[in-house]
Amino acid sequence: MSVLVDDDTRVVVQGITGGEGKFHAEQMMEYGTNVVAGAVPGKGGQEVAGVPVYDTVDEAVEVENADTSVIFVPPAFAGDAIFESLDTDLDLAVAITEGIPTQDMARVNKRLTETDTRLIGPNCPGLITPGEAKLGILPGNIFASGDVGLVSRSGTLTYQVVDSLTNRGIGQTTAIGIGGDPIIGTDFVDALELFENDPDTKAIAMCGEIGGEDEEEAAAYIDEHVDTPVAGFIAGRTAPPGKRMGHAGAIVSGSGTGTAESKINALNDAGVPVGDTPEEVADHVESFLE
Amino acid sequence: MDMKLHEYQAKQVFADAGVPTPESKLASDVDGVVAAAEEIGYPVAVKAQVQVGGRGKAGGIKLVDDEQEAREAADSILGMDLKGYHVDRVLVEEAVDFTNELYVGITMDRGEGKPVAMVSTKGGVDIEAVAEETPEAIAREHIDPSFGMHPYQARKAVYDAGVPGEIARDVSSVLTTLYQLWSDRDGADAEINPLMVTSDNDVIAADAVMNIDEDALFRQPELAEMEDEAASGDALEQKADEYNFDYVRLEGNTGIIGNGAGLVMTTLDLVDHYGGEPANFLDVGGGAKADRIANALDMVFSDENVDSVVFNIFGGITRGDEVAKGINEALEQFDEIPKPVVVRLAGTNWEEGMEILNEDLVTVEQTLEDAVQRAVEYADEVNEQ
Repeated sequence: MSVLVDDDTRVVVQGITGGEGKFHAEQMMEYGTNVVAGAVPGKGGQEVAGVPVYDTVDEAVEVENADTSVIFVPPAFAGDAIFESLDTDLDLAVAITEGIPTQDMARVNKRLTETDTRLIGPNCPGLITPGEAKLGILPGNIFASGDVGLVSRSGTLTYQVVDSLTNRGIGQTTAIGIGGDPIIGTDFVDALELFENDPDTKAIAMCGEIGGEDEEEAAAYIDEHVDTPVAGFIAGRTAPPGKRMGHAGAIVSGSGTGTAESKINALNDAGVPVGDTPEEVADHVESFLE
Repeated sequence: MDMKLHEYQAKQVFADAGVPTPESKLASDVDGVVAAAEEIGYPVAVKAQVQVGGRGKAGGIKLVDDEQEAREAADSILGMDLKGYHVDRVLVEEAVDFTNELYVGITMDRGEGKPVAMVSTKGGVDIEAVAEETPEAIAREHIDPSFGMHPYQARKAVYDAGVPGEIARDVSSVLTTLYQLWSDRDGADAEINPLMVTSDNDVIAADAVMNIDEDALFRQPELAEMEDEAASGDALEQKADEYNFDYVRLEGNTGIIGNGAGLVMTTLDLVDHYGGEPANFLDVGGGAKADRIANALDMVFSDENVDSVVFNIFGGITRGDEVAKGINEALEQFDEIPKPVVVRLAGTNWEEGMEILNEDLVTVEQTLEDAVQRAVEYADEVNEQ
């Protein structure tokens, strides 16, 4: 079992004719993902990475029964590409693109309240159900199939924690990178809800970072609604206020909100142990599964 | 990252949109200040044009009544070091005789994922402190970006804040203009603090803050041109801009290079956890090639505080072989390696990377934890010498 993606998922890649889009479409297929089409305006009729390209997502859905899109469209056009996938009523859209203007995402955010399509990202590595399918750019070889649900705001930090788990023989049901931007689709609470409702997920690891209040909201949600044991990690304990640490969302504001301390305290209060190092997160998860 | 306009740039943008602003002129030497002051007419304010808050308290803003005072003010402010920033320009501005100070601002509420308009009658002070201590003193109105701000919302924010009736109409008009600007110009924040009220019940923007979403500069060519003028003061951070790295300089002596913001932050935290002090945050981003890796080492070596470097790469789209090539390239040009470098490679093509990496030049560790501990030890050793 898994959440959101499995080997039945039928994927259309938006931006498949670009360098990144083509490379990762091939990588996804090599991993076993059922990529059925590409969608790029003006490139309909071509074949890329062995799949047909359509001018619109709508056509890819009509002809190839795509139900999920992965978006590798450059930032200037990515907001529009997300709207296209939302308006086509796909089940899931995964936006990998980094650097989408925030006001474009505010408009997308409004649209998300009017549609059933779920958005993951943007500025995220995507998600993977080990052994079945991956959507995005995660390196498949470090993952293993198993019992742990993982959700993270950061790509490479996800890899670090997954590596620690896999090296101990602990596999994952699904790992979701939700992205490091200030405005994202699926957030921690949404992902936690999915894992809580998945009978095969026996433990959850969540990797947050400084900035915003998503981790605090997640802690409150865990306290009320989550019985599956959760272990946490928060990056950015040493970040000074007012300095943005890479991700647009990772900033402790001058007035002191978004600090690592506030997030760690909130999680601890909800019964979630927070590791000082990625290895300690794996220690906690291991102890949950014993 | 947001691009911050200087006060004089933001005022120009606001004035062009129809927000009332005081008459002002930019000057970069003492005679220029006097000439500007005489043209505007005394009294005037002389205001340092640097990107830091609290300019007034730090001596960067002076009110002057005549030529002698103008010369003295210009002399003391021009060339001064204001919280680490060199002042080379001042704005000479008509002094406004005010009876009241308000605050108006537009920003993105990331928790809600919506723009929010804010109005307060407690202007002229640090608005973040007001938000903290008396949040009810700031009226907030969330805006649906697909419709923009409805006129009633501007009125509501103004009435909710308790702005006096005589000026409510003018303040709502300023707020409406400000939202339009924020929306049209891809603002991150647009603020007027204070919005001064004169004895004739006119409103006038005595300060102006406009931060632009850097990711949207491609469609804001006029503002993008202003960027150079508003560049950061720190030489290393400027160098990082040229190399296009996400870089933040910190106080410590263990240099840090990695890929991906979350993992780099984690590496900083681990340096601290193992008793060291991080010198910087440097994210090479995804898919870095050899030359970018070499540039990253050059960056960190340029920081004289750095005593050792930890290089931690977990490859997803970044490939271990490219990283190893870049490290070799950067280090082979030295007769003696300037600072000890500890390398940890994992993920995509790490085995290929390890074959390429010249291990005579670096120390290799298998895990993140070991690599950080080793770099902290090296930094301590250098310090003891």
